[in-house]
Amino acid sequence: MSSETDSSNGALLTVDNLEKHFPIRRGILWEKTVGAVKAVDGVSFEVAEGETLGLVGESGSGKSTTGYCILQLMKQTSGSINFMGKELTQLPREELRRMRREMQIVFQDPYASLDPRMTVGGIVAEPLEVHGIGTRRSRGEQVRKLLDIVGFNPNFTNRYPHEFSGGQRQRIGVARALALNPKLIVCDEPVSALDVSIQAQILNLLKDLQRDFGLTYLFISHDLAVVRTMSDRIAVMNQGKLVEVGTAEQVYREPRDEYTKALFAAVPVPDPHRQRERKAERARIREESRAQTGDGAPA
Amino acid sequence: MAVLEVNDLKTHFFTREGVVQAVDGISFSLEKGKTLGIVGESGCGKSVTALSIMGLIPKPPARIVGGEVLFDGKDLTKLSEGEMQHIRGNEVAMIFQDPMTSLNPTLKIGTQITETILAHRDVSKQEARKRAVDLLKEVGIPRAAERLDDYPHRFSGGMRQRVMIAIALSCGPRLLIADEPTTALDVTIQAQILDLLDALRQEHDMAMILITHDMGVVAETADDVMIMYAGQIVEQASGYELFDNPEHPYTEALLGALPQLEGDEREIREGRLIAIPGRPPDLVDPPEACRFAARCPYADYDDTCSTVEPQLREVRPGHWVRTAHPASERSGERETVNA
Repeated sequence: MSSETDSSNGALLTVDNLEKHFPIRRGILWEKTVGAVKAVDGVSFEVAEGETLGLVGESGSGKSTTGYCILQLMKQTSGSINFMGKELTQLPREELRRMRREMQIVFQDPYASLDPRMTVGGIVAEPLEVHGIGTRRSRGEQVRKLLDIVGFNPNFTNRYPHEFSGGQRQRIGVARALALNPKLIVCDEPVSALDVSIQAQILNLLKDLQRDFGLTYLFISHDLAVVRTMSDRIAVMNQGKLVEVGTAEQVYREPRDEYTKALFAAVPVPDPHRQRERKAERARIREESRAQTGDGAPA
Repeated sequence: MAVLEVNDLKTHFFTREGVVQAVDGISFSLEKGKTLGIVGESGCGKSVTALSIMGLIPKPPARIVGGEVLFDGKDLTKLSEGEMQHIRGNEVAMIFQDPMTSLNPTLKIGTQITETILAHRDVSKQEARKRAVDLLKEVGIPRAAERLDDYPHRFSGGMRQRVMIAIALSCGPRLLIADEPTTALDVTIQAQILDLLDALRQEHDMAMILITHDMGVVAETADDVMIMYAGQIVEQASGYELFDNPEHPYTEALLGALPQLEGDEREIREGRLIAIPGRPPDLVDPPEACRFAARCPYADYDDTCSTVEPQLREVRPGHWVRTAHPASERSGERETVNA
């Protein structure tokens, strides 16, 4: 959690003091930058090979922006991102492109993240084509194998995404992320658009894949129960800052940060007896923080 | 006496692909001051049930083809649009999922609240405005009098939902229907809105229908719970009873599919969730017998599941279930359910 971290400690990914600021501009012809939104504001953490780091936070906390910066889909304002011993922020274009094989992403919305004009086979084969892997025929075989792994019928390679439900589409998205056999997959809210029963299918799939292929996940979600079932360690973000990082057990059982406490207390659990107690706990925490800040207004 | 009684309500959509039996024989009653939670996944008919009560279903393609909606003994499905407009707002009000789109972005908040009051009450503009300030205060909006002149974009999602609640309460309804009122909100804001709704319900002695896909939200708020699947009620009981002793295989699966927030660390991290295989049936041509049979782990014990349509029956006092295999009547081991 400090700037002394380096890549020699065996972490697959080390993020150090990452900042991403978006300028606030005013005026039309003479546009001036009048300030900045600090979407990510000095975030540092490590992810070891084979583990899942859960990144939780509410909307606008900067968790997705952090994920995009790590994948270099967005250029950071400052800070360092060390992945597999290489400093991603300094890499020349061509080398970065090669590194992209090792890091992939699964997006939130399986309705928006698949090109509606491409066939399922084409979508999954695209990363292989882009990186010039295999021949047309071998890619076809590879695609069938990938679809089979994620539990999607390989005979449907010539169909289009719109023919499938959200859960099936998310399987296509996972197959595409797996195509290049990456080390790291950033899962950006991969189940928030899905119904509970389908959500469970995808979470089970992601767990199985991690076990079978030794994948490392950065698992971004606003849902604390989902993050808990997926993660070894958990990082909590609030307003661009990391407020707490620890093992899942520590963060859930003994949260140290006030925001983390309030966040967990706010989640309703599916048990009316327990939820009555949690509701009282929630009221107590709110009163405490109100007394501390002297703020009578609801947030 | 029940404020609302719904008997065998059927709402169908007449589309080019066929007749979608979106709501197919729903019955329940709701007492003053009580909260009914309606739970189900997308497309199960929970929102169409609410819109049917409100008389807000899109006609065409939708039509109420059977049943009655008794509010104070009056059948709302028989009322003219004019009579229904009087009921909406005055007697029954509704808040929706998305507070971003249910407010008009071009009108000041104050205008939108007073508009509702003026439409339903014979009061002057000043009086309406004063009432609007009181309402905003009641739903917990700071500096209420100043904020009346702000446009919706100046409010956060949680604050907008508070404004929506203020509008819904403006004419003192006796029944409030909340359709996924917190789904678009962050979890800390959700908690505030649920607390607010609960406080208002108690204070005004309103009945409330809370529609949600979130079992946690229901566990927190509902006195009674109704689980819907493919246009039908599959289980109905008091909140405690339903969560303590779920009977329907679908309810059990829904609870099993939820990742746990509390519990043993290793079990949670290394365990698998119970996934329900397949997906809900097409409501243009639903299975003639049990609608859940194709996804049910117990369905192959005998063949009644694919030939006899199960009826809602009372397995314990006040606990109704629609299945041939409720948990309390099963013998032997639970079959393993795979993803």
